[in-house]
Amino acid sequence: MKLSLLLAEVEVHLAEEPLKIGKYSFDSRLFLGTGKYKTNEEMVACLEASGTQLVTVAVRRVDLNDKSDASFLNHIDLSKYKILPNTAGCYTAKDALRTARLAREALDCDLIKLEVLSDEKTLLPEPIHTLEAAEILVKEGFTVMVYTSDDPIMARRLADLGVASVMPAGSPIGSGQGVLNPNNMRIILETIDVPVIVDAGVGTASDAALAMELGVDGVLLNSAVAQAKDPVAMAIAMKQGVTAGRFAAFAGRIPKKLYANASSPMEGLMAPSPRSS
Amino acid sequence: MIDFSVNGKPYQGEAGMTVADLLKQLDLKHQRIAVEVNEDVLSKTVFGTTILEEGDQVEVVSFVGGG
Repeated sequence: MKLSLLLAEVEVHLAEEPLKIGKYSFDSRLFLGTGKYKTNEEMVACLEASGTQLVTVAVRRVDLNDKSDASFLNHIDLSKYKILPNTAGCYTAKDALRTARLAREALDCDLIKLEVLSDEKTLLPEPIHTLEAAEILVKEGFTVMVYTSDDPIMARRLADLGVASVMPAGSPIGSGQGVLNPNNMRIILETIDVPVIVDAGVGTASDAALAMELGVDGVLLNSAVAQAKDPVAMAIAMKQGVTAGRFAAFAGRIPKKLYANASSPMEGLMAPSPRSS
Repeated sequence: MIDFSVNGKPYQGEAGMTVADLLKQLDLKHQRIAVEVNEDVLSKTVFGTTILEEGDQVEVVSFVGGG
């Protein structure tokens, strides 16, 4: 087969497989947060550079003294990016439900990133409240993408409730430690049928690539780009990391072995190895 | 006049004022907002018919950057 044909076949195969989350479809497997950027201009440049099609935002009280045209969403081209409002900062199911309903009313969109936290130090998900809120939001017709720990049983419970996507943390939010327990991710991927998005913990492009190599459906990150020395360069790196990981997962890696396996043939050597047995 | 709260701060308004009246008075330029009264989300379609009462807790929210 001609080289160009081979290349086209692989790229078409991967490109023709958009990520489906509920009734929504995405060509990019990288989802980006919009927090912690130095300026809105920098944030917009990073969204553009990353190729993302889904960006997270948070719901907060309007500053009543601010009479400027201050809508944060004015900075984001809504024809290019789908908005995924989160319930970040909520510590109870009740508050997460309030936040989700407000977001749906403001945006006329049922997408929600459900995030119920347990405490400010770990920012780990509160499992009981997360389950409780997920069940109600699914019943109310939301497309629920739920932040959870990497516990496979919790992931299964959430999938059983009918969430659109399970989003296990690779490591704690903003910690940049990458995927700390790849085996849990593997078990989650074997256990549930809805898309699995690694949400939180990604620190650099190799973390995103590794996550994708495990076979997850996408990566959601914020701090790693927003707080990099050069956020736009990191946004590009993340885009390439996600693509590299996805192609590698498709390609199928060679098994790891203890001993070497020469790439050059042993036949035809002018001098034999002094230690050959 | 009636007393209620908006985003946790005390607010004094005219008796009989609706949520739509309040939003006009607040003169917010935000495009995409949502309103909650006493922890119940209001549909935009009832802003003009929902009359605020003494002691109501009103929340007006919008979006900010987040992860």
